[in-house]
Amino acid sequence: MQDYKEDDYLLLSGIQHFNFCRRQWALIHIEQQWEENVKTIEGTYLHRKADQPMIREKRGDKLVVRAMPVHSRELGITGICDVVEFVRDPDGVPLAGEEGLFLPYPVEYKRGKPKRDDSDHSQLVTQAICLEEMLLCEVSKGYLYYEEIKHRVEVIITRADRERVKASWEEMRQYFKNRHTPKAKAGPHCQSCSLNLVCLPEILNKRSVSSYIESRLNE
Amino acid sequence: MKKLLNTLFVTMPDTYLSLDGENIVVKQEEAVLARYPLHNLEAVCTFGYAGVSPGLMGACASRNIALTFMTSSGRFLARVIGESRGNVVLRKEQYRISDDERRSALVARNMIVGKLYNNKWILERATRDYALRMDVERIKKVTFSLTESMKLLREVEDLEVLRGIEGAAAVQYNSVFDDLILQQKEHFYFHGRNKRPPLDNVNALLSFAYTLLANDMRSALEAVGLDAYVGFLHRDRPGRASLALDVMEELRGVMADRFVLSLINKKIINEKGFYRKENGAVIMDDETRKKVLKAWQERKQEKIVHPYLNEKVPWGLVPYAQALLLARFIRGDLDEYPPFLWK
Repeated sequence: MQDYKEDDYLLLSGIQHFNFCRRQWALIHIEQQWEENVKTIEGTYLHRKADQPMIREKRGDKLVVRAMPVHSRELGITGICDVVEFVRDPDGVPLAGEEGLFLPYPVEYKRGKPKRDDSDHSQLVTQAICLEEMLLCEVSKGYLYYEEIKHRVEVIITRADRERVKASWEEMRQYFKNRHTPKAKAGPHCQSCSLNLVCLPEILNKRSVSSYIESRLNE
Repeated sequence: MKKLLNTLFVTMPDTYLSLDGENIVVKQEEAVLARYPLHNLEAVCTFGYAGVSPGLMGACASRNIALTFMTSSGRFLARVIGESRGNVVLRKEQYRISDDERRSALVARNMIVGKLYNNKWILERATRDYALRMDVERIKKVTFSLTESMKLLREVEDLEVLRGIEGAAAVQYNSVFDDLILQQKEHFYFHGRNKRPPLDNVNALLSFAYTLLANDMRSALEAVGLDAYVGFLHRDRPGRASLALDVMEELRGVMADRFVLSLINKKIINEKGFYRKENGAVIMDDETRKKVLKAWQERKQEKIVHPYLNEKVPWGLVPYAQALLLARFIRGDLDEYPPFLWK
C-alpha cells in the first residue's frame, strides 16, 4: 500500500473534472486555474443546503450527516461528501456516539438531470471507497440527487466500478507527480467547459507555431 | 476569448474612490461624482494622487481588476495586488527558462520577429496608402532590411546576437518614422527616441502610449499567472517589469506607434496641448491627456482577427491573448511561442 503525504492528497471532487476532460482536471488541480462561470456558481448555490456540517438529522432508522469530510489513505485523496445517510442494519458497524449498528450510503447532489456518461457516478464510487476505508465496512450503493428532476437515483457499486475508478486515480496521480497537463481532444464539450478561456482548446488542434511563423515570413 | 471590459481612468486630482456594495464610488470633497458597477470593469487607473479605500483595493484584487496609480504626468507610481494567484508550476518553469540563456533566446527571438514583422508592415502599408506623399524608395530599403533581419532571427540562439539585430533594426525603423507623420509637421517631428524625459511632442506621446500599453501588458501577464517582472530578453532589474517589456516589443508598433500617428495625422490633438518645462521636458496638459485616453479606449474596442487564433478579438485583448499563448507555450502545449504577426 502506498502511503501518500497529506499535503499531496488529491481532491476527491477532481474525478468528475477528470472524467469530463483530463486536461480540465489538470488545469484546475495542477495549474490551479479556476474561471468561475455560471455553472460553477449554480453548483455552489445548490451545495449550500448540503454544506451545513453541524446538522445531524435523525429520521427513525436513519442518521443523516451533511458535508462529511472523508479521505482514503490508500488512494491519497481527500474531500467532502455532500450527505451520508447511516441506516440501521444488523450487518452494520458501530458509530462513535451512537447506539446500535449502521451502514453508510453516500448521497451526492447534482445540478441538472442524469447524464449519460459516468462522471457523476465515479465521484460516488470514490466516496464509497473512502467510507469503506474509514469505517471498515462495505458500501454497496449510493444515491445521486438531481436538482432538475428533484429526484434521487440509486447507484449500485460493483467491484468493476471500484477497479475502474481506482485506475482513474492512478492516472491522475501520475500526472500530478510530473506536474504534467495532458493535451486533450477538443470537441463540442469544450463549449460548456468553465476553463475554455484558459485552456484554448482550439490551439491543441492547430498547426504548429513554426509553420505559422514560416508561412507569414515567406509571404 | 474572454470579454473586454472597461477601464476606468480617473484623471481629476483630489478625488477619492471607495467601495459601496458592488459599486465603485468616485467622490470629490463629499460630493459623489459617479458610481460604476465593478462587474463591468477590468482595470482602474488613477492619475495625480487620487485616494482609494482599502475596501475597494481588496474588492479589486479579489476580482482581478487591475488597480494602478500614476502621477499626474503619467509616470507609474504603484499598483495593488491581492493574494498571489495559483499556478506556481507555471511561474517556476518561467524562471527556469529565464535562467537559461539559450531557452530565453528561443522565446525572445520570436517576440523580436513579431516586432520587426509588425514594423515592416506599418511601413509597407504607409507606402501603399500615401504613395504620393512618401519617399517610397527610402522606406522600401528599410522594409527590405527588416525582412533580411527576420530571416537571421529565426536561427539566433544567443541573446547578445539577438539584441544586436534588434538594435540595428530599431535604428532602421526610427530613421523613417518621421516620414509617417503627415500632418502638423511643424510641431510634431521625430528625430530619434528620447525618454528620460521626453524632449519633444512626439516623444511625450510615445512615452505615454508605451506606459498605457506596459500597464495593460503587465496586468494581462499577471492575470494568466505569469510573473511580469522576470523576462527573457530584458534581464532582471529591480522594479522593471521585464516580461511585460519583452512581450510588448511585438506590440509597440501596432498598438502604440500607430496610435500616436493617428492622433497626430487625424488632428485629434494639437501643439497647444503641450508645454515645455524648465529642464526641457515636454508635458501634456490635462485636456490633451484626457483626449489621448479617450482615443486609447476607443482604439481598444476595435475588433481584429487574431492572426494565430483566427478569432475575432478587440485590440484591447491582444496583450491578454499573447500572455495566454505565452503561458500555454511555457506549459508545453505549443512547439514555439506564437508572436502577434499583424499585416
